[in-house]
Order: sequence, then structure tokens, then C-alpha cells
Amino acid sequence: MKQAIKIGLIGGVVEVLLSLIGMIEAFSQRDIISHIISMGHTLLLLVVLFMGYLAAKRTPGTKPLWGLIDSLISGLIVGGVLALLVFVGGMINLRKVFINASPLLYKLLTFDQGTTAGISLLLGGGALSGLLGGFISLAPSLLRRVLMVSLGSVAGAGVLQDLLRPTFALWGPLAVVNEWLFSSNGLTFHGAFGLFALITALSAFWAKKGDAIRSGVKRLPSARQRALKITSLLFLIMILLVLPQLLGLFLSEVLTIVGLYVLLGLGLNIVVGFAGLLDLGYVAFFAIGAYTTGVLTSPELGFFSLSFWGALPFAIFMGVLSGVLLGIPVLKMRGDYLAIATLGFGEIIRILVLSDFLRPWLGGAQGIGKIPKAHIGSMEFATPQQIYYLILAGCLLVGFISWRLRDSRLGRAWMAVREDEDVAQAMGINLSSTKLLAFATGAAFSALSGAIFASKLGSVYPHSFNVMISINILCLIIVGGMGSIPGVLVGAFALVGLPELLREFAEYRLLVYGAALVAMMLLRPEGLWPEALRRRELHEGESAEKESPVRP
Amino acid sequence: MLKRLRARMTPTDVVMWFIGAAILVLVIWGSMATLSEGKFSSHHWFDFIVFGLAQGSIYALIAMGYTMVYGTLRMINFAHSEVFMSGPYTAYYVAAAFYSSGFLDRQPIVSLIIIFLVSMATSTFIAILLERIAYRPLRTAPRLVPLITAIGASFFLQYTFRGLYGSGFQAYPVVKILEGEWLFGEFRILKFQAVVIIAAALLMAVLYSFIQRTRVGKAIRSVSEDKETSSLMGINVDRMIVTTFVIGGMAAGAAGVLYAVMFKQVHFFMGFIPGIKAFTAAVLGGIGNIPGAMLGGIFLGLIESVGPTLFLDGLGIAAPYQLKDAIAFILLVLVLIFRPTGILGEHLAAKKA
Repeated sequence: MKQAIKIGLIGGVVEVLLSLIGMIEAFSQRDIISHIISMGHTLLLLVVLFMGYLAAKRTPGTKPLWGLIDSLISGLIVGGVLALLVFVGGMINLRKVFINASPLLYKLLTFDQGTTAGISLLLGGGALSGLLGGFISLAPSLLRRVLMVSLGSVAGAGVLQDLLRPTFALWGPLAVVNEWLFSSNGLTFHGAFGLFALITALSAFWAKKGDAIRSGVKRLPSARQRALKITSLLFLIMILLVLPQLLGLFLSEVLTIVGLYVLLGLGLNIVVGFAGLLDLGYVAFFAIGAYTTGVLTSPELGFFSLSFWGALPFAIFMGVLSGVLLGIPVLKMRGDYLAIATLGFGEIIRILVLSDFLRPWLGGAQGIGKIPKAHIGSMEFATPQQIYYLILAGCLLVGFISWRLRDSRLGRAWMAVREDEDVAQAMGINLSSTKLLAFATGAAFSALSGAIFASKLGSVYPHSFNVMISINILCLIIVGGMGSIPGVLVGAFALVGLPELLREFAEYRLLVYGAALVAMMLLRPEGLWPEALRRRELHEGESAEKESPVRP
Repeated sequence: MLKRLRARMTPTDVVMWFIGAAILVLVIWGSMATLSEGKFSSHHWFDFIVFGLAQGSIYALIAMGYTMVYGTLRMINFAHSEVFMSGPYTAYYVAAAFYSSGFLDRQPIVSLIIIFLVSMATSTFIAILLERIAYRPLRTAPRLVPLITAIGASFFLQYTFRGLYGSGFQAYPVVKILEGEWLFGEFRILKFQAVVIIAAALLMAVLYSFIQRTRVGKAIRSVSEDKETSSLMGINVDRMIVTTFVIGGMAAGAAGVLYAVMFKQVHFFMGFIPGIKAFTAAVLGGIGNIPGAMLGGIFLGLIESVGPTLFLDGLGIAAPYQLKDAIAFILLVLVLIFRPTGILGEHLAAKKA
């Protein structure tokens, strides 16, 4: 009971915070199901559901009734705290301090029913949703999984409507699906219901038969398995090659941004994920790559006017050189000191570039403009759909290199250094060269990304290279799973791709990143798609039978 | 002797010493050139020094939080800069209310004290919350994990406050009794700078004697020496760790109001740069060492305010003041390389790597 009250209060505070920072209001622009539920209300609902779920789960004893009562109480309290906000907001003008406590917010929180009716709605709705959360928590595991997957995919389809709608529209026959599924804002009611039913059926089927199919594939002769793998790989490459034509201009632009972050993430993954050197000034190498390209190619400064391909080797070389130069001083530092020193380096580079002192060479605050696009023969990489191929080639190359490096002698040396420097040194690993190679490789990848970035934008400004970029990249490799190459992809799509698609999200991007970092470290330090080894390490203490099978 | 030295030097050491020597030569050359030019009178230098002292004592107060947390938990509380920001940003609304009701002009001392208390209370609250939610569950985790958590918490707090209070700069109301200047012979001091220096010195004296003289202070020091032994001696380690966060939060909240008095504006991003600078100060003085943090803060403030003009102006660099942050960061990197134990941090060096 006490536990339930505590959970309810926490949930209520979270909801009030979400309302006051303006997230609910911003998210209410978009409907998940047209005219029925908006994204803002979904967010509120999710919190209550989760709190009800937790309350029921934390209830001692085995009687489900007590669990349900607890979840009901916690839901009621969550609703009550929100109602308190509405009540207080009605009495005094909170807007003087909290700029987001606008009349619209209260209208949203009371479901446009006026204060009194709204408050009772909040209480009743909170209690009901808490109860629902309790039901989900107490339901048999198969039902719970199926329910979560299908509810999740309906919400996902609603959230990602901007991605799905134009994609379907490009395909003649699928346009019908589009009509049926989506209205002008959000899913239609019958669409949402149909989708829910379809996904429920599919996931129930997979839950029953999935293991059989998987073991069926495993029992195939090895030649057949290999053929299956190669076919799926070829299929994947085919899709990657035609993707921009399928997705249209806007989504290709999003893809190119994600691609640039994948490049950066793969580089930082070597430094942080493989070698365990926490580098917070990683953006410096991105800046060095971009600025080298800018200085060498732009006619604006007039020193050189190489083509993109002429400047690229220099950009990468400068990246490697600066990686080594910045690496030497920090060779002896560990952990936190290294993080702060590299953060300092990143800021030094940015301040120098921004200063008037280097203005004649680097353009100061105005940056460098008129950077030419890349060419191959007569083919120009100018539009997002064309640049996509440039970035794809870069990602494939860098991904291949990281993949091969990971299992090489050097890769194993990096991981040994990550685990324990002293032991690694005792095993005969040359710490200096190993660490410098990590810095240099990471910097090279980052400089490559910077060069492409410069040619994509056509100009470089010092403000594009602030410490937030370093934090973004760090976030995406941590969320994906440190040291895991597919993890970088997952992280980049989740943390860079999603916010690009959700315009409302842009304002709260760093807030969510911060929360994601903390939550990740507290709950799942190995990341979403962890490397097998690291996962085992971080869960060493837990019992062996609980360990789920290692993912590919 | 020389032979032994040669055997111990690796190529990277040679490179490092070369870089160090080059920077030293540049600094000396620049200072000589600036001083011989005589572009700046002694009044200018005096102003620089007073400004540096004021700024430095703010750094010193923030640095205390970093250094105490590092002492007990061996982690950089990256989110301490947000603890610093949250106080004055919240207290701004109190100050604005006082200003518009005229209370600030009628009772300036009382209202300043209330503003201080609100700011310190908010910062302390945020610091306790941080410890409870983000750091306590991770006490035994690998070292990188709490650091990453701290970075995440820092951004979360920054953007939460941005969401709550808005993204613009808020101009702190001017306190009339702090305007104007005092004359000492032919030198003049801006009143608010003098007040900042005196208030910070007082606070540091109080906090320092609290840690040196009281039982709780003794317990905190013993926890930072050795957690297990202290808990065997009957000290509640968890409570002492919370106490360090409380003291750090109070110091940061007070520093925040002084910062607002000095620069007259608050902003959700205002903690970032002073936070890194204060960390630099803590490292300068020897992290984990409380008098070291104070000394380091004041030293850093002075270098930052005098340095750009003294070192760079003589070298003919345009607008040297833009490079003051770069000077602070270069100083940080140099200290980390050549004397990672800091000026006073000798006895902790043996235990940690």
C-alpha cells in the first residue's frame, strides 16, 4: 500500500513535470488515432500505465486482487497530482514562472471539459488506466507480450505517420492502404483497429511458431544456411541501393544525416567502445575534417581550389595527424581525467576556429562558404538522394574496416586495454601505440564524415561543431551498445533519425537524450544491441539460467 | 644522473616536455613584450586583478562541490554545473517579485539574504535528488558508468530547466546598494566585485571550518579516506555522502547568486562553462583537496582575467580576450599532463591512478 502511494506520487510528479516543460502541449499537435487520442495524451497514459504496472508488480504476496488494488491506488494518485496542478493553476497564474503553464495546457489536461468535470475525469481516468496497467502486469506472459507488441505498433504507426504516409504514397497499389489507414492527422479508427488485429494475430502466431521456424532454419544443411544468408544479404544491399528512390527527398535527407552520424559513431565506437577511452572532444576531428576540406576546396578563401576527391585524402590525413597529436598528451590519463582533457581539447579547437585571430585562414564566425560538391565524371553528388550514395559508400567502407579490426590482433589489444590497462601492458601490449592507433582510426573516420558534411552543406561554420555533437555521438553508441557495430546503427536511427521525423520532438531532444543516458546506465548498461562479450561481463553476478540466448 | 633520466624518458615524454617548454617560452616572451610596450597602466592591471579575484572566488565555491564529491565517490559530478545553474535561475523569480513590489529597494539586505537562501535551497535539493536517483544505485558500477550517467543527468537538468523557465536570458534586477565604486587612494573597486569577493571568502571560511572542526566534517573526511573502515567505525557512509552533496549544493547555490550579481543575467546554459572552469580549478588545486580547490579557483580566475592581455597582447594577437576560455582549457590540459596531482593534492595521488 505504502509502495503504491509512493509509486503514484513519483508518477504524478513525472506527469506534472512533463506538462510544465511543455512536452504534453507540443506533442498534442499530432494525433495517434485521429480525433480520439493525441500523442500528448498517449504520453500521459503511458506513464499511468507504467505506474500501475509497477505497483502491481511490487505488491508482496500472490493474491492478484491486492496487486490490482495497489495499481488502482497508484493510478488514482497520479491522476490526483495532475488534478492538483489543474486546480492550483486555476487559482494562481503559474505562467509568471513556468512559461509553459498556458491555458491550452489546462484545456488539454482537463480534456476540454472545464475544471470540475476535468478533475473528476483525471481521477477516474487515472484510476482506470492504473488498473489496466495492473492487469497487464498480472496477465500471463504470452498475452502480455502480444498485447504490448500490438499496442506498441499501433502507437508506432501513429508516431511515424510522416514516414509511412509518403512512402506508401509512392507505391501505386499501397496508396489504397494509405487511404484506409491514415487520415490527415493520425490513424483512422478502423485503420488503427485493423492494424491492432493484424499485429496481434501475427505476433501470437510468431510466439507459438517462432521457435519452430528458427530451429527449422538451424537444422538445414550448412550449405543451404549459407545460401540463405547470402540471399538475405544481397537482398539487403539491393534495398540499400534503391532506398532513396523509394523514400523521396525529405526522407533521403534524414537518411543522409543518420548516415553521417553512423560514420561518426563507428569512429567513436573504436575509441570508446573498443579501447575504452572516453573521448568527449570527438567533434574536434569532425571539425578538422570539415575545415580541411573547406580550406582546400573553397574558392572563397582562395588558397587552393582542389576538387572534393583531391581534398579528401588531406582531410583524412589531417584527422589522423590531429588524432595522434591530441592523443599523445593524454596517453597517461585514465577515465574521468581523459574525458575532461578531451572535452577541453574540443573546446580549444572550437574557440580557435571562432576567434578573430585565425580569421584570415579559417573565416572566423562567418565560416567558409562555396565548398564545391563532389563529382565522379559527370555525376554530381548534390541532392540528398545523390549524397546518400556517397555516405552509404563511406558507411560500408568504415563498417567493414571496424568489423575486420574488431577481431584483429589490434582489436583484441584494444579490448584488453579497455578491460585492464596494467594487465594488458603486462601481457606485452604496447599501450602507447595501441591507444594512439585507436585515437587515429577514430579521428580518420570522423574526418571522413566531416569532409562529406562540408561538401553536403557547401559551407562550414564554427557553430556546427559544439560539444553537443560529441555528446550526441556518445549517446548513440551508448544507447546502441558500447563496442557493438550494429548497435551504432540502432543508436543512430533511434537518436538521430527519430527526432528528425518528429518535429515536435526537436525541442526536447537533448532532454530525452539525457534521460535516456541515465536510464540506460541504470537499467541496461550494455545497450539496446549489445556485443555478446560485454553483455556477459555486465551481468556476471546474475544467475546463469536467467541469461537469455545471446543475440546475433 | 643524466643517463638514468635518459633511460626513463620515452619519446612521448620528450614530445611533451618540448611542447611544455615551447608554451613556457611563448608565455614569457608574450608577457615581456606586453609589459615593455606599456600600453596598460597599473590601473588596468589592478582592475584585471580585482575582476579575476571576484571571478576566481566564484569558481572556488563551485570547485568545492566537485572536489568533495570526488573525494568521497571518486567520480566527477559532471552535473554539478547544473546544480550551480538551478539555484540562481529559480531565485531569479523571487528577485523579480521583490523588485517589482519595491521590496528590493526598501530592504536590500533582507531581500538579498532571502534570494541567497532560495538559491542555496534549490541547488541543495537538486544535488540531493541527483545523488539519490542517479548516483546511489551505481556505487559499485565500473568507473565509466557513473560518469556517463552524470553527463546524461547534466543535459537532462539543463533542458528541464529550459522547458520550465524558457530559453531566453533573464536579466537579474539590479541591487542599488551594490552599484557604484569605492576608492582606495588612487585605485577604485566596483562595489559588487568587492562584495562578491568578501561574501565568497566568508562562505569558504565557514565551510572550511565546518569540515575541519565539527564531528560531521571529521566523518566526511574519514569517508573520503576509506569508506569501509569508516563504516566499521560506526559512521553512516550513505548519510555522509549525502552531506557532501548538500555542502557542495549549498556552495554552488551561493556561488550562483554571486555570479548573477556579477553578470546580472541567468540562462539555462549558464552552468556549462563555469562548471568546466570550476572543475579545472579543482584539478589545479589537487582534486579531493578542499583548500586546494579554493586556491585553484582563485588562481584560475586570475590567470583568465590577466592572462589573455598579459600573454597574448604582446604577441600581436588580435582580440585576445576571445581566447580566455582557450587559455583556461590549455592550463587544464597542461596541469593534467605535468602535475595531475595538482598544486596541493599530494597525499591522494598514491591511491588512485
